[in-house]
Amino acid sequence: MERDDLIVNDSYPLNAHHSEEEGVKIRKNIIFVTVLLTAITAVEVAMGVIFKRSETFSWEMIKWTFVTLTLVKAGYIVMSFMHLGEERSVMKKTVLIPYLIFIVYLVFIAITEGFAHLYNLTNFH
Amino acid sequence: MSGHSNDNVSSEELWGGGRSPYGISYGKMYMWFFLVSDALTFSGLLTAYGFSRAASEDAWPIGEQVFRALPGLEGQYPLVYVALMTFILIVSSVTMVLAVEAGHRNDKRGVVRWMLATIIGGVFFLGSQAWEWSHFIHGGGGSFLLATEVTITADNGKEYVLPVGEPIFMDHHFGEIAEAYSNGDASVNLHEHHGHVTLTQFGEHTHEAELHQLTIHKYIEDEQVITGDDIYTLWEARSESFTFGANMHENEYATQQSYANFFFFITGFHGFHVFSGVVINFIIFIMAYRGVFERRKHYEMVEKVGLYWHFIDLVWVFVFTFYYLI
Repeated sequence: MERDDLIVNDSYPLNAHHSEEEGVKIRKNIIFVTVLLTAITAVEVAMGVIFKRSETFSWEMIKWTFVTLTLVKAGYIVMSFMHLGEERSVMKKTVLIPYLIFIVYLVFIAITEGFAHLYNLTNFH
Repeated sequence: MSGHSNDNVSSEELWGGGRSPYGISYGKMYMWFFLVSDALTFSGLLTAYGFSRAASEDAWPIGEQVFRALPGLEGQYPLVYVALMTFILIVSSVTMVLAVEAGHRNDKRGVVRWMLATIIGGVFFLGSQAWEWSHFIHGGGGSFLLATEVTITADNGKEYVLPVGEPIFMDHHFGEIAEAYSNGDASVNLHEHHGHVTLTQFGEHTHEAELHQLTIHKYIEDEQVITGDDIYTLWEARSESFTFGANMHENEYATQQSYANFFFFITGFHGFHVFSGVVINFIIFIMAYRGVFERRKHYEMVEKVGLYWHFIDLVWVFVFTFYYLI
């Protein structure tokens, strides 16, 4: 089939092949990431069931542990499963930097304003 | 796997036109750009959830109290079902990455097999989500709100002052008939006698349910089951408003509606992504099976749909943390 969407030079290999031996190594890595993701999920669920919210200080810590573990999981999915780790660094930056700038800003603004709104509700009426 | 052929090119030549500076095909690049925009959408939704929760004056239900049922089993298994759903999605993500790996070896049989496994995983996840929705919509036994302030002493000896508007939760069996009664079902009869409340539903098989227990602060941290004389005190203080399960207007989990609406919107939007992902995976599976990619001599389409499928897993990881855990 003739396709007009392919640049006919060495810009990128569409048929990114690897050999049988490389495949064994890659599959080993996939199994490792799978076990890791499952283990992290199991730990998160166990923490959610065991720890109580009434102890405010420790719950704060547990919340941040959840966030950290989630970011670790997300990192492994994006870098390993989605192969972003193997892309050129300019590609990585194009995907990650705009997203991170927007989201860090958005989360900060929304959560700050959310608590401020609650504070106003409970203190000024 | 991509982009290595650009490694030894000077940047002037690289950005001078005629070649892809990113070292990937336009199809994969635009899949990435789409995923970034879709990630912004989901982040917006989850951030809106965080905002509503931070700004909420009313109690916000917590995941391990709301989601603690397993299909076909009595008893309480907090978060087990949703953990199982997460595991199913992770496994189907793994089979997807194995399909991509098989594609890199031009192994048609491997691609077809792993794509099929991925589709099965996706269908299982969708089925689980359907059950989860059904369970959420049907709820427990339903609740009613207090019309007057009530002070009761719970079984643990602690005294609770329950304000007007506080939701009180009925047990499952009583709630079922109470729902029919509050909907005006003429075959349901209510008896109040010596501090006992009984609902009888006449028909081919007569059902009877007595109010045995009520729960206060259900779905939040300080859950308490109330038995004995206090049941009647709470029942007497009820207002006309009964709530059963959850819909777009009211829900029994909380006195505010944001919690239920965010559940429907976020998991629904994610579920729609899973559904479209399964459909797309199925198309690629058929194409791989019929040897389209074999003739094309590369399996890049599998990589592209793989990106979408991993993204769905990625989003679920965040939904799981922010909706169910925290």
